[in-house]
Amino acid sequence: MAILGEKVSKIRSKNAGPFWITVDVFCGSREVFDEVRERLSNATVSQLTSVDASLIKRFEIESLSVLKFSFPRIEVQGSRFDRDMHGAQIATLFSELEL
Amino acid sequence: MKEEPDIICIDGGSTDSGPFYLGTGTSKYSRDICKSEWRTLMLARAQAGVPLVIGSCGTCGSNDTVDWMYDITIELAAELCQSLRITKLYSELTADTLTHALSAGRLSALKPAPEIDDESIGSCTNIVALAGAEQIGAALATGADIILAGRTTDTATISALPIARGEHSGASWHGAKIGECGAFCSSKPSSGVIFIEFDREGFTVEAMADGAKCTPHSVSAHMLYENANPFILYEPGGYLDVRSARYVALDDKRVRVEGAKWQAESNYRVKLEAARIGGYQTTMLALIRDSRYVKNASLWVSRLAEFCKDKISECTSLSPADYSIDFRLIGTNASLGAVENRNGHPVELGVLLIITANSQATASDLSRIINPFLLHYPLTDNEDLPTFAFPYSPAHCERGAIYEFALNHLLELDDPMDGFILRTSEVSYG
Repeated sequence: MAILGEKVSKIRSKNAGPFWITVDVFCGSREVFDEVRERLSNATVSQLTSVDASLIKRFEIESLSVLKFSFPRIEVQGSRFDRDMHGAQIATLFSELEL
Repeated sequence: MKEEPDIICIDGGSTDSGPFYLGTGTSKYSRDICKSEWRTLMLARAQAGVPLVIGSCGTCGSNDTVDWMYDITIELAAELCQSLRITKLYSELTADTLTHALSAGRLSALKPAPEIDDESIGSCTNIVALAGAEQIGAALATGADIILAGRTTDTATISALPIARGEHSGASWHGAKIGECGAFCSSKPSSGVIFIEFDREGFTVEAMADGAKCTPHSVSAHMLYENANPFILYEPGGYLDVRSARYVALDDKRVRVEGAKWQAESNYRVKLEAARIGGYQTTMLALIRDSRYVKNASLWVSRLAEFCKDKISECTSLSPADYSIDFRLIGTNASLGAVENRNGHPVELGVLLIITANSQATASDLSRIINPFLLHYPLTDNEDLPTFAFPYSPAHCERGAIYEFALNHLLELDDPMDGFILRTSEVSYG
């Protein structure tokens, strides 16, 4: 596998309320889902986002071939050092990830 | 309208645009747009002869934005010659209510939550509780044609009627979550409207727009949307559990859903939102086109930041805790900051300087101190001074007060209507 975003059908991130961000990785097929599930560990997500691994909630949704990661925002939405009001850019880190 | 709905529901708010709207108690949306869309809905309501409900009026659902929506409704009633019974549901709480709740142990923190005490609660400019099915149900019970609700959960405007009629409680909440963003659960997310039929066992969701489809995938995937946990959704009084939900296609447009469960909790709790002033901002923007400066921008900006800090402590009585100066390199890492892991070779860079202080005057004074250096600061000590591009004059821009979210807490209530206020009135233009 090379670049995650080229392998899966869609990756998006968004606020889940002002204090959380959630990332949805739509794998597109069961085969890709199984592969990504194996390779995309919480430790990798932690490294990518600088969020402590113990705070990352991971959901593996087989019926949708979706992996979902939710984690607290490092800067609360709209606080003075927040850079992205809607939390949508963090998805690009996942898209560009080399697994 | 051919489907003869029993109710028309719309969600009018969110925290997604940030704390400013709740902090100021104002709407993000243009009044003209709201009025134009509300006109369409008021006409549809008159035709269907059913209640029309809007939750979280005017983005933040403060009392002021409920009144703002009420004024729009009255104007339209006159223009459309409608006679209406209108119920307003206010969901704003006072700081006193909250400080009493804090000392009575009725506030519980969600994770993560800001630290709170009487002082921090007192500093909030607006505090709202999110209404659930009980409060919307009480508003429906007033027999209103139109309900203008303050802050409400995204789902409760939809779930309240099926719950009041004794339809399946899990399905009522589940269908409400699926329908909360309208056609987002269909193949044409921008097409607006969705139709949901609730019954004793489940619900059926149907795409309305021409060519739009609802599939088990499009419908179940909406549980992921803006939701930290795709299986569990907390609401006032309990939570929805969709782990055993089943989604079946009836045809291209309709999906049947059964199996979700509602778990009522013994203590009735509502979620709170609040915002307070987090400082006053002045911003500046400079553009760097010189390729040597573009290439070494990170070094340049860290030198500049250090220099500015020293200059401010030299020329003012401010301590570093009184202000923040935040340089964001547009073209380098302005979106992602420290977690950006790519390097590019941009032609030019924007340097966005955000100054935050305890007063607007201080923030703008700091911008005046920094101004010549943002324009001319050199990469090394031994070279001619460069001149970057300021795109406008004055180079600084006063942003006014900025706000911050101040609560991520639950409030326990003895009665679901505690703190919520219903006001019903009638207008006659028919």
